[in-house]
Amino acid sequence: MKNRKLYINGVSSISAQPENAGFSVEPKRYQQNIIPAVSPDYKQFIPPKAQRRLSKAIKMGLSAAKMALSEAGNNSPDAIITGTGEGCKADTEKFLEAILNQDEKLLTPTAFIQSTHNTIGGQLAQSLECAGYNVTYTQNSASLESALIDCELLFLEDPEIRSVLVGGVDELSPQMTPFMYLDHQLKQEEIYNGDLLKTNSRGSIASEGAHFFSISSEESGKTYAELKAVSVFQARAPREVSEKIRQELQLLGYNIEELDLVILGNNGDNRYDHFYHQLQNGLFSETAQLAYKHVSGEYKTASGYGLWLGCKIFKTGRIPTIFKLNAIACQNPKTILLYNQYLGDNHSIMILSSK
Amino acid sequence: MSDLREELKQRIIEQLNLEELTLADIDNELPLFGDGLGLDSIDVLELIVLLEKDYGIKLSDSELGKEIFASIDKMARYIEANRTK
Amino acid sequence: MDRGIAVTAMGIISALGSGAEEHYRALGAGKTGISYPEILKTNHATLPVGEVKFANDALAGRLSLPKVHLCTRAALLGILAAREAIGQAGLTREELKETGFISGTSVGGIDATEKYYQQYIENPDHRRFIQAQHPGFTTSVIASQLGLEGYISTISTACSSSANAIMLGARLIKAGKLKRVVVGGTDCLTKFTLNGFNSLMILSGEPCRAFDDARDGLNLGEGAAYLVLEAEEVINGKPVLGRISGYGNANDAFHQTASSETGQGAFLAIKKALAIAGLFPENIDYINAHGTGTKNNDLSESTAILRVFGERLPEFSSTKAFTGHALAASGALEAVFSLLSLQKDQIFPNLNFKIPMSQTGLIPVFELKEKKLQHILSNSFGFGGNCSSLIFSKYEK
Repeated sequence: MKNRKLYINGVSSISAQPENAGFSVEPKRYQQNIIPAVSPDYKQFIPPKAQRRLSKAIKMGLSAAKMALSEAGNNSPDAIITGTGEGCKADTEKFLEAILNQDEKLLTPTAFIQSTHNTIGGQLAQSLECAGYNVTYTQNSASLESALIDCELLFLEDPEIRSVLVGGVDELSPQMTPFMYLDHQLKQEEIYNGDLLKTNSRGSIASEGAHFFSISSEESGKTYAELKAVSVFQARAPREVSEKIRQELQLLGYNIEELDLVILGNNGDNRYDHFYHQLQNGLFSETAQLAYKHVSGEYKTASGYGLWLGCKIFKTGRIPTIFKLNAIACQNPKTILLYNQYLGDNHSIMILSSK
Repeated sequence: MSDLREELKQRIIEQLNLEELTLADIDNELPLFGDGLGLDSIDVLELIVLLEKDYGIKLSDSELGKEIFASIDKMARYIEANRTK
Repeated sequence: MDRGIAVTAMGIISALGSGAEEHYRALGAGKTGISYPEILKTNHATLPVGEVKFANDALAGRLSLPKVHLCTRAALLGILAAREAIGQAGLTREELKETGFISGTSVGGIDATEKYYQQYIENPDHRRFIQAQHPGFTTSVIASQLGLEGYISTISTACSSSANAIMLGARLIKAGKLKRVVVGGTDCLTKFTLNGFNSLMILSGEPCRAFDDARDGLNLGEGAAYLVLEAEEVINGKPVLGRISGYGNANDAFHQTASSETGQGAFLAIKKALAIAGLFPENIDYINAHGTGTKNNDLSESTAILRVFGERLPEFSSTKAFTGHALAASGALEAVFSLLSLQKDQIFPNLNFKIPMSQTGLIPVFELKEKKLQHILSNSFGFGGNCSSLIFSKYEK
């Protein structure tokens, strides 16, 4: 087994925000707690005839994947690994409602077929004619991270692997998303998204999106960042998180002072944001801190937006003010750490360095 | 007789989400599968349900479906011969 | 020589019963677990299924759960199976804190969703299951119940999910990322999947007959199975039930639900598994086939294995007529059966087989057979073209 460096050579983001929100375009303001993604022109990526059966999750996933590959200049990945926390929820809901409303009679198969969580990975394999390793992870808010961990493992085990396509996708659905008001995953009061991190109540705001990354063992002119480490772990208390972060940095030979920037998954839920606050006031008190879910909304693979953001910051050298949590300045960051959790579970860390 | 054919075209466009097509785009003799309209095996299953729901015909063999649904004309003739609704 | 990752324990629950012993007795006696839905309340009561004949309350009772708990049926099955495995391995609470848990499921948790979906708005009682639609929910509940706190993840690649989970666990140990991991999967019968497969017209109205010329579909099943995999340095003298010596994952890249005529994805997955194991096709003593009983899979799989093994096709059988097709859990159930085969040097029969497929003339093992077995290939092929193959080997006595 050989440890090779891994480079992110292509990235893409389909989210509630137009691309480059915060960088060259004002982020969209929303006065609602369920925020749909802004769709690109899907015809560019998926022939119109093929679109007829496709849910938003599949359209976002296929399009974002192709965008990332195109950026990297490589349409033939050796493997495809996807992550989705809630899968193809809209088709799941459609089929389920048909069963319940039609008393299990006269059910048509399309929604069932499209509801299987690995369909995005499967359709990508078909579209790209990729017979390589293909897996879909569905571990709540660690789905994308699980996919990245597998990606790292692939490069370690198999010297023939040169590039892997990794992505995270999640979508809203008409009924199941609003159920989140009932169990307080969503805030009861409708808020302006920009105020998310100033609220003091349970729940967050929901959105959807797709983020794909073309990862290679070869650095190129297109390289955004080096992916140094990804880790998923359990923790009950913030000090366990601090401890884990120190360990991860130590393994890479970094001191905390060498960390230039942290991107945190604060989502405005006053039951769980203390995981972030403790780090902000403790371990990261001298580090530039960013958050993104007030811009992207919360969903199981929203950390993809954070990862995309980290890559954009490396490439542009700019840190848009809209994401800043503190006033500590940071020019040309070299090392970025991302930390996320959801409902106190599935904690994850990603560490990137500039090339 | 031609009403059924027009009705079928409308139903197929709705059921199979062929939004960009109009009735005029589907000729009665046009092969629905392969090079014609480009429908596939999943569409066969959808049409089998349509046959039962709208015309009361139960098809238990999906292989038969591809023959019966070969064109609008073939489909209409089969329905005329076997409908219970 | 790298002999593969050690399996030191296993646990299983399915239509055949609870526990490896009970399963072995049924398999050895050729006694099927296929019946009709009783616990699953469905209008399709005449469709044969492999149902675990315990309602959720009974399963929860066996686990001494409080009245209000978070366990979906998939979680209940999963906990019972994983608990057996952990018990056999004798893992302590401290050891469990460092043990990983990788579980495969296709719709785990949707049993709760379909039960309570129409009640959530009016009735607050079951809102704790709103998140049960997410496959990871069931995995996290199982891990939490059992005190597993190492790396936890969920794989959803339809019918190959638990095979991929086993593969990931083996790879993580091989790479030194984990010392110990519980791997496998769980899926329960649901109206969602029963109606889903029915709408695809691939369910049989009869007990399934894999590889038979007159086969006409699969029977759905439910169940859970988990293996404990351990790195060499922590085995500490525990008996090794078998080793995962090879594994392969490839995509058919052909169609969302049907397999290609040439069985390309399957072919590639099997070849990869052989390569990892450092084995030639002729080293395989037996294939536990995916063999669902559908027209499409059995022909495609037959084509694939003929391409790999040619004239020297090893004995093969599908055990799905015992348990039904437990979707994501099938790879793990069949891993347990493969390990049982290795331990007992017996091949379990392909029930209901009468006439070979006209296209191939292949005849599976259709009666219990004694045979010295060292290497077993187990196949799991799912929707989305996800094809996975595992090789289980016996090096220890």
